[in-house]
Amino acid sequence: MLFADTVVGDPAVHKPKIILIMVMVATVLFTLFGLNDTIFGEFMRPVIGEPKESGFFGNASIGLVMAIIVVINIVLIGFLPFRIQILIVWFELLLLFLTFFYSFGLNYQFIQSKIWFMITQGVFTTLYISAISIILASVLAIVGAIAKLSSNGFAFAIASFYTSFFRGLPLLMQVYLIYLGLPQLGYVIDAVPAGVMALTLCYGAYMTEIFRAGIQSINKGQWEASRSMGFGFGLTMRRIILPQAMPLIIPPTGNQFIAMLKDSSLVSVIGVWELMFLARTLGNKDFRHMEMLITAALIYWVLTVCLELVQSRIERHYRTASH
Amino acid sequence: MSTPIIEMTNVNKWYGTYHALRNINFTVNEGDKIVVCGPSGSGKSTMIRTLNYLEAHQEGTIRVNGTDMHSKMKDVDKVRMDVGMVFQHFNLFPHLTILQNLMAGPMWVRGISEEEARKTAMMYLERVRIPEQADKYPGQLSGGQQQRVAIARSLCMKPKVMLFDEPTSALDPEMVSEVLDTMVSLAKDGMTMVCVTHEMGFAKAVADRVIFMDEGEIIEENDPINFFDNPQSKRTQNFLGQILQH
Repeated sequence: MLFADTVVGDPAVHKPKIILIMVMVATVLFTLFGLNDTIFGEFMRPVIGEPKESGFFGNASIGLVMAIIVVINIVLIGFLPFRIQILIVWFELLLLFLTFFYSFGLNYQFIQSKIWFMITQGVFTTLYISAISIILASVLAIVGAIAKLSSNGFAFAIASFYTSFFRGLPLLMQVYLIYLGLPQLGYVIDAVPAGVMALTLCYGAYMTEIFRAGIQSINKGQWEASRSMGFGFGLTMRRIILPQAMPLIIPPTGNQFIAMLKDSSLVSVIGVWELMFLARTLGNKDFRHMEMLITAALIYWVLTVCLELVQSRIERHYRTASH
Repeated sequence: MSTPIIEMTNVNKWYGTYHALRNINFTVNEGDKIVVCGPSGSGKSTMIRTLNYLEAHQEGTIRVNGTDMHSKMKDVDKVRMDVGMVFQHFNLFPHLTILQNLMAGPMWVRGISEEEARKTAMMYLERVRIPEQADKYPGQLSGGQQQRVAIARSLCMKPKVMLFDEPTSALDPEMVSEVLDTMVSLAKDGMTMVCVTHEMGFAKAVADRVIFMDEGEIIEENDPINFFDNPQSKRTQNFLGQILQH
């Protein structure tokens, strides 16, 4: 939470005016949706008669009932404490999503038959490509950040050219350029190394800027104290500046990690058998594209949630380490 | 007692076109306690920071502990190990505990064993009378305590001379004396000290010489009795009149 304010009014969702507006908006939306030929129409049969022939009256009355149910739900949640609110809202949104996917009428047997291969081949490849790229990109970022802060003209010029170029080109284009461009120079590169290289160079460029900003935010006095004790540049950087910059660097870097995990799907275009590639190809033969895409989407989401948990744990570690 | 440890000869420094230090000449002998005072913007902080080359000078020579300080010198770090510096804003390392702050220097650049470094650190923490805070972080200490830790941190390096750059200016009034007491006891043990400060009581009590600076120049250099009772220059008289009238 940003700031635990001591001045609080009633929750917005308990103000009569807002409740009224919510009911009206929801009624209009549900009415426009036209729900009379769905299962909700069946429920309302005693009131509106044959659902299919009920027309606007049917739609509007279903809309009103639905709106009232939804708003009662919201008002009730408003009474609960913060944490329970989060749990319930998450649960309801998740339920909505699953119903949405359920309505596609997916073939679960097909998913079941492919999911094991998707995990052992696809998730594994996605994870190791991302992991290697993330590690290499971090190394590149530290070097790049120091170069960008150095008074050496060459170092600064090379580093700023690098960040400008690799932040300026679409990642997809970089993947193609490396995979198809390097062989032009006489060096044939495999798909996986090419993918790793593209991800590393691109994310290294973004992370260079994150590291630079983190290092720059440390007070000049820390440098002075450290240097005045006879610590060299490297020692000062490693033991004094970077440890203090870490809490500032980690949240945006975690963001980059999550983005990279998903951008690794771009290397599917050069035929790396990672999650996205399998999602596109496994369903081809049986025309079951939706099954595979939704499965892959959920797997990406689960992986991301795992990374989010790791990130918040690391952030907590740094918060408790220095008060 | 008269080996020169710091010698400044005809030192000039400019920030762009602004002439920050004008023809500074002075010598600090081993065991000397020098207090530097003057109005803000007079160049006293700049001067003390050139002594361990945190600021570069453009003309003249500065010899510290027998070594000429200039930008091409590779061994600046070696000289700095022997010159302790205490800052206005303490500049403790906030991610390290008090004990780690004190042990870092000896272990990382002096190559002293952890056990030895811990012993020395605890000794100096006793000396500044806060051994019980050893395992806390700097952010948990009061300003006065932090500044005493900063002094102890410098002492752990076993310096030949200590530089103080307005060590009490950022402190709440009630904490000034605890830091000054530490500095007085340090002076009594024979430490060579150069202090930029406005604490005239401290100057009277421990200084061998008081230097008054204004507009980048040394206006007057005298022993404390004559400096306070019989200031030679008009500008010194004005300055003393302003800070002593309260």
